[in-house]
Amino acid sequence: MKAMVYRGPYKVRVEEKDVPAIEHPNDAIIRVTLAAICGSDLHLYHGMMPDTRVGHTFGHEFIGVVEQVGSSVQNLKPGDRVMVPFNVYCGSCYFCARGLYSNCHNVNPNATAVGGIYGYSHTCGGYDGGQAEFVRVPFADVGPSLIPDWMDDEDALLCTDALATGYFGAQLGDIVEGDTVVVFGAGPVGLFAAKSAWFMGAGRVIVIDHLEYRLEKAREFAHAETFNFAEHKDIVVEMKKATGYLGADVVIDAVGAEADGNFIQHVTSAKLKLQGGSPVALNWAIDSVRKGGTVSVMGAYGPMFSAVKFGDALNKGLTLNMNQCPAKRQWPRLFEHIKNGHLKPNDIVTHRIPLEHIAEGYHIFSAKLDNVIKPLIVPSAG
Amino acid sequence: MTYTARKPPLARSSDQLRAQIPGWGVDLDPADRPAFPQERYDPDATGAHWDFPERQTAHGFRERSIEHEFLPPVFGTSAPLHGVSGAVRRFAYARFSEARAAHWLLLLGADRIDSTGAHLRSLATLRPDNPISETGIRAELTHHGLSSRRGNRVDTRHQWIDPVLVAGPWVVGATIAVKAARRIARTKARATDPA
Repeated sequence: MKAMVYRGPYKVRVEEKDVPAIEHPNDAIIRVTLAAICGSDLHLYHGMMPDTRVGHTFGHEFIGVVEQVGSSVQNLKPGDRVMVPFNVYCGSCYFCARGLYSNCHNVNPNATAVGGIYGYSHTCGGYDGGQAEFVRVPFADVGPSLIPDWMDDEDALLCTDALATGYFGAQLGDIVEGDTVVVFGAGPVGLFAAKSAWFMGAGRVIVIDHLEYRLEKAREFAHAETFNFAEHKDIVVEMKKATGYLGADVVIDAVGAEADGNFIQHVTSAKLKLQGGSPVALNWAIDSVRKGGTVSVMGAYGPMFSAVKFGDALNKGLTLNMNQCPAKRQWPRLFEHIKNGHLKPNDIVTHRIPLEHIAEGYHIFSAKLDNVIKPLIVPSAG
Repeated sequence: MTYTARKPPLARSSDQLRAQIPGWGVDLDPADRPAFPQERYDPDATGAHWDFPERQTAHGFRERSIEHEFLPPVFGTSAPLHGVSGAVRRFAYARFSEARAAHWLLLLGADRIDSTGAHLRSLATLRPDNPISETGIRAELTHHGLSSRRGNRVDTRHQWIDPVLVAGPWVVGATIAVKAARRIARTKARATDPA
C-alpha cells in the first residue's frame, strides 16, 4: 500500500509499505477514504516530538471503510463506513471507565503521561496513522463509530479531532452566560472553539492570530471579533482595554507548541527543541484572563518543560483546564449540532491534496501558503 | 466597571445573540455538555466487553516507560528499535523516567541519529532521499509562495531558519568530509614523496 512516511525533520515522502495486519483479536483494518493533516502533525514534521522515528506514518484524523476485523470484534463488519477518533483507547482501564479516553493506560508502553494517538510518534504508542491507504485500528469495538448516513465524509473527518477538540476546549472553559471568551489561534481548533463558545452562552467571542486570512475566517465562520497581534505592541494590554481592564472571563489556547509572537520562545522551542513547546500563547492566555478566570489549553505541547508563567497563574487564582480531547465522547452532541445546522464543519476546509503530493501538503501547511486553514489528504485506494 | 463590583456591560443581550448567532446557547446548561464534568464514571459507555484486554503478542523486544508496571496489553508496531538510534532509545527507556529531561533529550538525539542514518543509507539505494520532493518545496512555486508571505505575518521572521536547519547539517557534514579527504590525500602524498 501507499503510505506517507517520515524521513526526518521537514521531510516526508510516500512509500510502499505492507498492508497492516490484525495484531490483536479486537483490531480492525480500515481502508482510508479521507484523512487530514492536523496542526499538531506539524510538531512531528518539524522534529519537535521525541521518539518520532524514520518510517513512521503520521495521521490521526481519518475515516474509512472496514476492510477486515479481528476475531473478537462484535460491533463492526467489513464494508462499514466508519469514523475513528484520534485516540487509541481500550475502554476498560481506570481512566477509560471515567470517560478520560485520551488518558488510556492500556495502549501506550512508551509513556504514562499520554495515551495512544494514531500516527503520533512512539511517545504516543508507536501506532501508524491514517495518511495511508490502510491503517490498523485497535479496539475496534470501542473507538470507531459508523458514520451516520446523512453525514458527509468531510464533516465526519473533522469530528475525529479538530471539531471535537475545539468543542471540548470551549467546554473546559466552563463558560457561563455572558462570559467574554478569548481564543488564541484561528486555526481549525481555534475556529471550532470560538464557534462552540457561542453554544455555551458566551456574550462575546474574540479570536487572536497574526494571519489576516484566518482572522477573516474567524469573523465569517465563528462570528468573532478579531485582533491581529502583529498589529499591536502588546496584545495582553489590548485584551485588557477591550474588556474594560477586567480581562477575559475565559481564554482558550488553541495554538500550542509552535506559537509565534516571541522570537526567542519560538526559536528555542520549535527550532532548537530546547522546550516542549513555545508557550507564548499560553502565557498571553494567563495574562489576558481576568483574576479568578479560566484558561483552557487545547494547543498541543511536547513532554519537555516549557517556560510557562505559573507565578501569574497562581497569583491571579486561575483555573487551568486541559487535556487531549476524548473525541468520541463529544460525538453524539456534535452530531446534533451539525444536523440542526448550527455549524458546518467542512466550511474550514481549504485544500484537498492527493496522498502522492503529501510532501507539498505539509510544506503548504507548515509555511502557511495559499491561505491554508485545513488540508485534507485523499488516498488513492479505490 | 472593573474598579467597582459591576461587570463591564456587553454590547449585545442574550436575546440579541440568540437571534443573530446560529446555535447560541444550545449548550448553556452544563448538563448538555458531554465533557462536563470531565471525569465521569461510566464503565458501560465504551463498548469494551472485557475487564482487562487480551494481550497483543510482542515479536521481539518492546521498549516501555519504567513508569509502567508491565508492558500494556496493546501497543503500536510502527518502527521497531534498530541500530545506533535504537540503542540510544533503549537506554533512554531503561534508565530514565518520563520525569527526567535526559529521557526526552536522549530520544530527540536518537531521532536525529535515526534520520541521519536513514539519509546515508538511502544514498546506497535506488531511491535516495530527494530534498526537493521530500520537503515539498515545489509548493512555493505552485501555491503562491511569495504572495502568501505578504502582510504582517510574524512567522516570516523566522522562516529563514528552516532551510538552514534542513541543509545545515548536510553542509557541515560535506565540509568535514571534504576536509578529511584532503587531509588523508595530503598525508598519503607526503608518505609517498621520496623527498
